[in-house]
Amino acid sequence: MTAAAAGGRAGGRATSAPLVGREDEPTLFELSAPGRRAAHLRRTAVPEWGAEELVPAAHLRAVPAAMAEVSERDLVAHFTRLTHRQFSVDLGAYPLGSCTMKYNPKLCDDAAALEGLAAVHPAAPAALTQGWMELLAALEAALCEVTGMHAATLQPPAGAAGELTGLLLMRAWHDERHAAGGARPRTRVIIPDSAHGTNPASVTLGGYQVTQVPSDGRGLVDVAALRERLDDDVAGIMLTNPNTLGLFEEDIVEIARAVHEVGGLLYYDGANLNAILGVTRPGDMGFDIVHLNLHKTFAVPHGGGGPGAGPVAVTERLAPYLPGPRPERSADGGGWRWATPERSIGRVHSWHGNALALARAYSYILANGGDGLRRVAEGAVLNANWLRHRLRGVYDIPFDRPSMHEFVASTATLKRRRGLRALDVAKRLLEEGFHAPTVYFPLIVEEALMIEPTETESPQTLEALAEALVKIGGEAGEEAHHAPRTTPVGRVDEARAARRLVPTWDAGQAPPPQPLPPGAGG
Amino acid sequence: MGHYVPHTDAEIAAMLASIGLSSVDELFSAIPEALRLASGGLDLAPGLSEFDALARMEDLAARNRPVGRDLVCFAGGGAYDHDVPAVVRRLAFRSEFVTSYTPYQPEVAQGVLQALFEYQTLVCRLTGMDVANASLYDGASAVVEAVNLAVAATGRPAVWLSQGVHPHWREVVRTYARGTGHRLLEAPLAGGRTVWPSGGEPPGAVVVAYPNYLGCVEDLQAARREGALLVVAADPVALGLLRPPSDHGADVVVGEGQPFGTPLSFGGPYLGLFACKRDHVRRLPGRLVGETVDAEGRRAYVTTLRTREQDIRREKASSNVCTNQTLIAVACTVQLAWLGAAGLRELALQCARGTRYAREALLRIDGVTAASDAPVVREFAVRTPVSGEAVVERMADEGFLAGVPLTGSGEYGADLLVAVTERRTRAEIDAFAAAFEKVVR
Repeated sequence: MTAAAAGGRAGGRATSAPLVGREDEPTLFELSAPGRRAAHLRRTAVPEWGAEELVPAAHLRAVPAAMAEVSERDLVAHFTRLTHRQFSVDLGAYPLGSCTMKYNPKLCDDAAALEGLAAVHPAAPAALTQGWMELLAALEAALCEVTGMHAATLQPPAGAAGELTGLLLMRAWHDERHAAGGARPRTRVIIPDSAHGTNPASVTLGGYQVTQVPSDGRGLVDVAALRERLDDDVAGIMLTNPNTLGLFEEDIVEIARAVHEVGGLLYYDGANLNAILGVTRPGDMGFDIVHLNLHKTFAVPHGGGGPGAGPVAVTERLAPYLPGPRPERSADGGGWRWATPERSIGRVHSWHGNALALARAYSYILANGGDGLRRVAEGAVLNANWLRHRLRGVYDIPFDRPSMHEFVASTATLKRRRGLRALDVAKRLLEEGFHAPTVYFPLIVEEALMIEPTETESPQTLEALAEALVKIGGEAGEEAHHAPRTTPVGRVDEARAARRLVPTWDAGQAPPPQPLPPGAGG
Repeated sequence: MGHYVPHTDAEIAAMLASIGLSSVDELFSAIPEALRLASGGLDLAPGLSEFDALARMEDLAARNRPVGRDLVCFAGGGAYDHDVPAVVRRLAFRSEFVTSYTPYQPEVAQGVLQALFEYQTLVCRLTGMDVANASLYDGASAVVEAVNLAVAATGRPAVWLSQGVHPHWREVVRTYARGTGHRLLEAPLAGGRTVWPSGGEPPGAVVVAYPNYLGCVEDLQAARREGALLVVAADPVALGLLRPPSDHGADVVVGEGQPFGTPLSFGGPYLGLFACKRDHVRRLPGRLVGETVDAEGRRAYVTTLRTREQDIRREKASSNVCTNQTLIAVACTVQLAWLGAAGLRELALQCARGTRYAREALLRIDGVTAASDAPVVREFAVRTPVSGEAVVERMADEGFLAGVPLTGSGEYGADLLVAVTERRTRAEIDAFAAAFEKVVR
C-alpha cells in the first residue's frame, strides 16, 4: 500500500480524535502496516507440512488474501472509536416505529453466553443436547400460549423469513386441497395498503400475487373493499394487528369469518405483538398462521440489523406442514428426540434457527412471566397514547383514535406552512439526543413519523422526547434542513452513494469511480 | 409494573389521568370484549428474579454436553470449532453494536456502517468478488438468494445443485423452490467430485461447494456451463489457502461465515456470506453499505442502492430480506482483522495439516477406509466397520465428538465426516485415533 492510499495513517494512533474532533475514523485498511499482526495461533505439535505437500499446487492461492494487518491494540482502538460513532438503545431512547427498540435486559446476554448453550455443536446427537431440546420445546410452548396457537417452528431466523415460511405453509395447505380435486388453484394473497414491505416481497417469493386492500377513513381495513376482493382464488390475507398505524383492527372477527368462508387462511404479521401480550391473542382473533419477531417483542437485541428470530406458530390443522425437525418427547416418555412433521414443507434454516437468540427470548419470558408480559403491553400502550396526546396540536395525527403501542404523526401541515418535512424532524431529533422515529412509513400517510416509545422508557424520558418534538415542530423547515450538526457526521449524501457506488474500500481507491450497470441507482 | 417497565403506580395513574382514562384496562378499549383474555391472563409461570431465571437456564445448559476439554470436537459439517480471541467478544459485543438497529439514520450509525463497509471489503478480498452484501442469515439462505439472483439474471428457471453442497442447505433450497417454482436438478458425487449432467434443460445457476460436504476440493471449471451463473458455496477458512473462486469464473460466492468469530451456538445465529460480480449489483439481496460524503464533504457511509429492497420495491423486490445478521458480520470483521493476512493463511494451513494428520491416523485403523482420494483441506469422510451414528455415540463416552454421521443419508457412500480445526493438537488427534480404533473394533 502506498503512503497516499493509507492517508498517512498506517499503523493507527490510539487517540480519541475521531470522537472529539469529528474527524472521520480511518478504515482498517488505512490503519494496516504490512507485516503487522495481532494473531498468534495455538501450538499443536502437528507436523508442519508445507501447503504444496497438502494440496495440489493448482488449487493454491498465489498470494495470501489481503486481509488488514493491524495490532491488537489498534484493533481495539479502532472498534472502540467506531462504537463512539454509534447510537444504541443502551445509550438513549430509540422510538423507531414498528421496530420495538425496547431495552434488552442484560440477564439475556448472560444466559446466551452460558458455555452449556454456546459451545454445543448443532449436529451433536440428541443424547448430548437434551437441555437445548427442552429449551426449544419450552419456548415453543410459551410462544403458542402467547399467540393462542397449537404448534410452532423456531427455525425462521428473522421476521421476513417467518413470513415466507408462513406463505409456504399456506401454499402447502392449498396445494394439497387442489391436488385432492375440486378446488380451484389459489393465486392471490390480500395485503392492506399499510403493510410492511416485507409482506408483498414475501408473497411474490411464495409464488402468489399481491392484491391490495385499501384502508378506510378509520385507518383500518376497509371491510367492504375486502369482501369485493375475496373469491375462491384467494389463498389468504396477511395482517398486522395492531396495524402499522398502531390501530387495532376492530373488525378482525368479521374479517376472519369472511376470509375463512372463501377457504382462505389468515396470516398474522407479529411485528406489533408487543401491544397485545397477555391482553388478546391472534389465535382468538381467528388467525391460522402467526410469526413472531423475537427481536422486537421478546427483547432479543437488534445487533445493528440482526440477528433476530422469526418463529412461526400455527393452528392444529397446519401443524403437519411445519418445517422440521422439531423436538418432541420420545414415545417411551424418556428424553427428547428430533421429529419432522409428516407433510413438512422442509427446512428453512441450516440448523435449528438462531438458537442463542431463542435462548435469550426464553430467558426474557422466564423473567417476565405471564404477569410481566401483560405489563409490557400495558406500558407500551400507555406510553404511546400519552405521547400521542402530548403531540396533538403540534403535529397532525391523521388517525387520532386510541392507539396501541405506536402511533403515526405527520408534518403535512407543517410542511405546507413552514417547509418542515418528516425527514427534517428526524434529523433534528438526532441533535436533541434521541433516535429518530420511522419516517415515510406507512406509505398511506403523507410525511409520516411513526413513533413507538416502547414500555421501557420512563415518563421522564417521554417528557424529554415530547419537549424535543414540540420544540422542533415550532421551527422553520429551512433551518432544520441543515440538521444534524452535532452528530459524528452531518447529513449524509445518499444520492451520491447510489450514483457513484463505492461498496468496498478498494473500489474507493480506484479513480475514477466505475459507472454502474444500466438501471442501477437509488 | 414488571422488571423492565420503569413506571411507578403513581406515575401510571397520573399518565392515565392526563389522557382522560381511569384504568389501565381502558387502554385496550379498541379490542372487542370477546377477544380479551380472561383475568387469569396467559397460562405462563409468574415472573422470576434474574437470578432464578438464570439458574433455570443453567439447569438446561447443564443437560447439554458442550465441546471443550470433556468433549473434544472433531465434528464439522457446516459448523466448526475454531478459536475465538478475546477481542472478538469484547469488541463485537459492545452494547453500541448489540443494541442498535439497521442504520436507517446514518448520521448516528457510522459505527455499524463503517464496520459493515470493512466487512464487505474483507469478504470481497477473500472471495475475489467485487461486491458483498452486509450479510444474510446463514449458508443456506445465502445459497437460496444466489439461486434466485441467478435465475432472475438468466431468465432460466433450471438450477443444478451439486450434492456436494451441504444437505441441509439443499433442503432449504428445495423448500423455497416450492414458492419460486425453480426446477432443481441434483448432481451426485462420485469419488468425492460432482458428476454433472451432460445435457438437459440449460440451467440458470450451477451451484458447487468448495470444498464440498465431504471436504474435497473440486475442479470448479468443470461446473461452468454456457449461459449459467456459477455459484460457489465456499468455506471461508479454506479460502485462506485455496485459489479464490473468482479465478475459476465464479459469478456469485456464498458461504457460512460462522468459522470466523462465532462459537458453535447450536447452529445459530450464524452468518450468510454473499458476494458477486459487479454486473449483478442491481439484484444483490439484502443491505449494501456504500461510501459517500456528508454535507461538509467528510467521508461517511450509508446503506445504498436501496431501491432494490423490499421496503421500497415491495412485491417487485429482488429479495424479502430486512433484518440480517449484522452483529455476526461485525464479529467476523474483528476476527479477520485479528487474523490478518498471515494469520488467515496460517489458520487454513494449520487446519489442513491437522486434517492430513488425523486422516492418516484413522486410515491406519483396520476397517477404516477413505471415501475418496480427492484433496481435502479441513474435513474428510471415512467408511467405518460400524455406522457413523454408532461411532459418534461410542466416542462420546471416550470424550470426543467424533464427527457428523453420514451413514443414514445414503448419498455419500461414507459413514462419518471428520473435521480438524486449528484447535486440535497432536496429542488430541493421537488420543482420538486410539479411541476410534477401540470403538470400531
